[in-house]
Amino acid sequence: MREFYGVTLANALMLGTAQYPSPAVMQAAFRDSGASVATVSLRREAGQGQAFWDIIRDLGVRVLPNTAGCHSAREAVTTARMAREMFETNWIKLEVIGHADTLQPDPFGLLEAAEILTREGFEVFPYTTEDQVLAQRLLDAGCRVLMPWGAPIGSGLGLNNRYGLRMLRAAFPEVPMVIDAGLGLPSHAAEAMEMGFDAVLLNTAVAQAGDPAAMARAFALAVQAGQLAHAADPMGPRDMAAPSTPVIGKAWL
Amino acid sequence: MRIDVNGESRELAAATVAEALDELGWTGARVATALNGDFLPASARAVQTLREGDRLEVLAPMQGG
Repeated sequence: MREFYGVTLANALMLGTAQYPSPAVMQAAFRDSGASVATVSLRREAGQGQAFWDIIRDLGVRVLPNTAGCHSAREAVTTARMAREMFETNWIKLEVIGHADTLQPDPFGLLEAAEILTREGFEVFPYTTEDQVLAQRLLDAGCRVLMPWGAPIGSGLGLNNRYGLRMLRAAFPEVPMVIDAGLGLPSHAAEAMEMGFDAVLLNTAVAQAGDPAAMARAFALAVQAGQLAHAADPMGPRDMAAPSTPVIGKAWL
Repeated sequence: MRIDVNGESRELAAATVAEALDELGWTGARVATALNGDFLPASARAVQTLREGDRLEVLAPMQGG
């Protein structure tokens, strides 16, 4: 397991905390999956913030604040600074959204914000695309983790661009990478781990399932299976059949 | 004076951000603040004075993905 800014996570599953039917169901999802990281946000105080913070603290997991909903580098930087004070962590899931329909990262705003935040000592988890040039720029800016998307946030489509993700993984073999967003099924998470990604981050697929705690557990098992499979060095695919039973010694009948 | 608090115009007697938080009922609350779009650390709230028309954002921990 690779380190994320010096932290080795016991479990490669990171879970969001939004959209659950109740706080109790969210707690069950964390308990039953053993997820190691919880993403959280900052919103205008309307009376529920204090109770929510108590629930998150009781989960006993690492907290990864996000800058969700920010559409400019300036907004994201201000939100990150507020989040650092609030959650007492240098970790920040940096989202700078470039398009309202696809919630696609704005690569220019993302890079600008990442440069500012890493200079200020933040440990940035940039929500990015599979673009290799952007990945290199983010690394040059001081990011030591990348979070490429699987598919648009909340779409549940899985790994939308396998080729691009495979190329990204191969281009930066030493960089810890989290597949963030777009996963809908445990098989998607297993596939990401089989490809050599280091963790997955998801929210909707678990929170909106009929039984979120069971789905969280299913994702945890899939992540574990994918991780084991990657470490076991999977065979490569081939187009033609190759008999697995020995041909030599077959009877003449 | 009129201050914009989380997008709502409020009439406040407070002279500083710390006093404004007290006046708004957020004494001791776990909140993060921004004034006119810039982060305002908790340590600066007591000395940061308010001016007519300032935009104050008071944020709390919330669910996120």
